[in-house]
Amino acid sequence: MKKLLTVSLLGVAIAAGTAQARDYDHVRFGVDVPYEPMEYRTPEGELTGFDIELGNAMCEEIGITCEWIEQEWDGIIPGLLSRKYDAIMSSMTINDERRQTVLFSDPYITPPSAWFAPETLDVEEPSTEALDGMSIGVQRGTLQDNYVTDMYGDVADISRYSTADDMVLDMEAERLDIVFLDFPVGKSTLLDSEERQYKVVGERITEPKEYFGDGFGIAFRPRDEALAERFNEALATLKEDGTYDEIYARYFGGE
Amino acid sequence: MDQLNQWLAGLLEGNVIFTPQTLGYYWTGLVTTSQLVFLSLIIGLVLAVPLAIGRSSRHRWVSLPIYVYTYVFRGTPLLIQLYIIYYGVVFVEGIQDSMFWPILKEAFYPALIAFTLNTAAYTTEIFRGAIKATPRGEIEAARAYGMSQSLTMRRIVLPSAFRRALPAYGNEVIFMLHASAIASVVTLMDLTGAARFVYARFYAPFEAFIFVAAIYLCLTFAILYLFRYLEKRLLAHLKPLGGN
Repeated sequence: MKKLLTVSLLGVAIAAGTAQARDYDHVRFGVDVPYEPMEYRTPEGELTGFDIELGNAMCEEIGITCEWIEQEWDGIIPGLLSRKYDAIMSSMTINDERRQTVLFSDPYITPPSAWFAPETLDVEEPSTEALDGMSIGVQRGTLQDNYVTDMYGDVADISRYSTADDMVLDMEAERLDIVFLDFPVGKSTLLDSEERQYKVVGERITEPKEYFGDGFGIAFRPRDEALAERFNEALATLKEDGTYDEIYARYFGGE
Repeated sequence: MDQLNQWLAGLLEGNVIFTPQTLGYYWTGLVTTSQLVFLSLIIGLVLAVPLAIGRSSRHRWVSLPIYVYTYVFRGTPLLIQLYIIYYGVVFVEGIQDSMFWPILKEAFYPALIAFTLNTAAYTTEIFRGAIKATPRGEIEAARAYGMSQSLTMRRIVLPSAFRRALPAYGNEVIFMLHASAIASVVTLMDLTGAARFVYARFYAPFEAFIFVAAIYLCLTFAILYLFRYLEKRLLAHLKPLGGN
């Protein structure tokens, strides 16, 4: 009996060992939907967006299959660590705080953040004095949340949302005075909105680096260095052969 | 105060997650949760007494609407009710210009309205059951003394019904406390909201949620002891003689 136990334990150990070192031929991506235009569903229910298309193109380049698994933002890193999926490609900004937990690929796009408000809001510059007492909307656990919490936490009333959609809904409902978002997302959800007129307040923001990091990267579990390297190579290839520019143009126009 | 701060700073030294800042969030969360639960329970209780009397009325035109109300609010999840009241109302034409908007604009009041209506529905049914269970003999005795219907209700039925309802109502209070955890979906920074914030910022689910679970446990125990005390006082006459 004891021998049998030892043998089977050994078997499990060997199986676990090979699982750790395995070469991925199928990668599951965690993604927080919707976050237009980076990841969202078409009216037909099909998952699409810049991240999705670029991710699929990279997988094709590497020669593996991939799958997208939806996960709300505030649990997205714990989900990766608990192996619900193998990587996160969901507009995640590379910064030092996250580097302590996950391994990042090279940045694949570097979008700024920006303040969005209705045309009617009488604020030119988002200084702490100007936003005193206002209600600011952010998505919970994002770098915009961290930035706003640290910079405006004492003067303004911060509302945190689980999804960017809920926040836009409350903006349309006039519950929020101003929101702080990734620029492409704010552009596609607010500036292009037909309900109300919105404007960008102040400059697009990419500094300080300790909050805004080095652009969006794919996050992996720290030991999957080989996998991250394969994605880095694929990204470089796609940038060289023009596929990247093609996808970029489709979502961000000629900017 | 300074000493307290120093003591706290010493205690938290080297702790990345539980800084004075995050403890501040938990504290605001505790205040919000207590306000929300306490207010909705008080208002719900005040609403539930007349509703329960109406619900046990013999006139169908009184009891039926109340039955429909309790049926709807007990038959749907609180989360759905909260979503409808918070996100739903903004689609009512012209609501932003109405006199109700300053109240509905804040996340606190829609949550309070949803919680109040929900707990009032449950409490109404608890009280109705207790009123229905009044022994017939007591009512007949009151009649024999020449008490009017309202006097009978006030002096005989309600006092004993409240006593009978007490244990079940204690459970409702605890359920309400736990149900209030959904307030964070409408941006309220309640206890769970604070925990979700800390979780999302430090990616530390265990620390964030176990800490908040401990706070909920303490609150629950406080409520349990309050009701145990009340039961001891108010239900003393039901105890066997010579017991403690």
